[in-house]
Amino acid sequence: MAGFNKVVHSYEDAMAGLQDGMTVIAGGFGLCGIPEGLIARIKEMKTKDLTVVSNNCGVDGFGLGILLEDRQIKKMVASYVGENALFEKQLLNGELEVELTPQGTLAEKMRAGGAGIPAFFTATGYGTPVAEGKETREIDGRHYVLEPAITGDFAIVRAWKADRYGNLVFRHTSMNFNPMAATAGKITVAEVEEIVEPGELDPSQIHTPGIYVQRVIKGNFEKRIERRMVRQG
Amino acid sequence: MALSREQVAMRVAQELQDGYYVNLGIGIPTLVANYVPAGIEVMLQSENGLLGMGPYPTEAELDADMINAGKETVTAIKGAAIFSSAESFAMIRGGHVDLTVLGAFEVDQNGNIASWMIPGKLVKGMGGAMDLVAGAQNIVVTMTHADKYGNSKLLSDCTLPLTGVGCVKKIVTDLAVLEVREGAFHLLERAPGISVEEIQQKTAGKLVITGDIPEMVFN
Repeated sequence: MAGFNKVVHSYEDAMAGLQDGMTVIAGGFGLCGIPEGLIARIKEMKTKDLTVVSNNCGVDGFGLGILLEDRQIKKMVASYVGENALFEKQLLNGELEVELTPQGTLAEKMRAGGAGIPAFFTATGYGTPVAEGKETREIDGRHYVLEPAITGDFAIVRAWKADRYGNLVFRHTSMNFNPMAATAGKITVAEVEEIVEPGELDPSQIHTPGIYVQRVIKGNFEKRIERRMVRQG
Repeated sequence: MALSREQVAMRVAQELQDGYYVNLGIGIPTLVANYVPAGIEVMLQSENGLLGMGPYPTEAELDADMINAGKETVTAIKGAAIFSSAESFAMIRGGHVDLTVLGAFEVDQNGNIASWMIPGKLVKGMGGAMDLVAGAQNIVVTMTHADKYGNSKLLSDCTLPLTGVGCVKKIVTDLAVLEVREGAFHLLERAPGISVEEIQQKTAGKLVITGDIPEMVFN
């Protein structure tokens, strides 16, 4: 692997360096746009005491939910975590710590973390349990809460197409948290559906410029649907 | 008679105006999309990153990468835009969404809303609700006027942990349409066949009744 060739050919290489106690930021919304193979690799590695930052924590047996099975997650930072029974059980047992964070605040914390902004004021959560213990300020007659940025030792994201420079394009609403997560990792690993030759991605259509991405791996995705809704057509 | 869920959605749909960007929450608010009045165009925003949400897909259109904020498979209309969660909440927090419709456990006469947490019960999270109520220009809450034991959900002060403060402007319940301003609920309309007395009896917060209160009209 030399210069700007960020493509790795094994999941071992993709997640090399992940250690107990690290913070991992994961893209995805529900099961949509999650780096399935990278999550599976973390399970294989048996890394413990992880802080995982992601909008949700998967479901029982799929997505980030599989990291609960061997109690690899110490703390979860998420906006909504109601989809798995194992999560509930570990939370009620005190085996798992949860920091519930409003969805927009979570996205902005990642964005700020990647953009070198240490904290920001937002009206979201003012006067609610989310603001407890946090600095607040009145600006032009409105109240705001100071929210610290988030960065991760690793960020794991799912993209549609990448080139060896790490430029990424996302597909449909599987974009969600992935672009912000990609900016906020010390090591950002992108698991992608397709790796194309440099130049094939239109420079003006790239969602995540390669500077944010350290490793790219081609994955195979199940793309499980969480709530399958169809109409007669 | 108290309104059905569909009738509540139909009444909320009357709040839509031509050219509105609208975010609909899960449950009754989602049904509002089925009753957009003829001759007006609204654009539905889904906070996972979709502006221009369409109906559920046909079997042939089904795509795991195309979902709404309720994690249901959906479609995008022609002219839709897709973007990141940060961009989505910039729209919401920045006040660019014209109308937000969401459910609640309780609303009080100062426009405070509680919709995400019941102490003692497992807390699943607030999702995007706190951002939505903090950012929308115009928030309509849909809920039943009272719980199944007959306890009012329109209070002088919310008893549950809040989702947002001073943000609710209008409430459509199964019994009434109310406006929240100047520290009181102002009764605007009542469901067909529901008396002002019944609404008064089921409203624990300060209720202002001015003149004759008309019945809701459904087309």
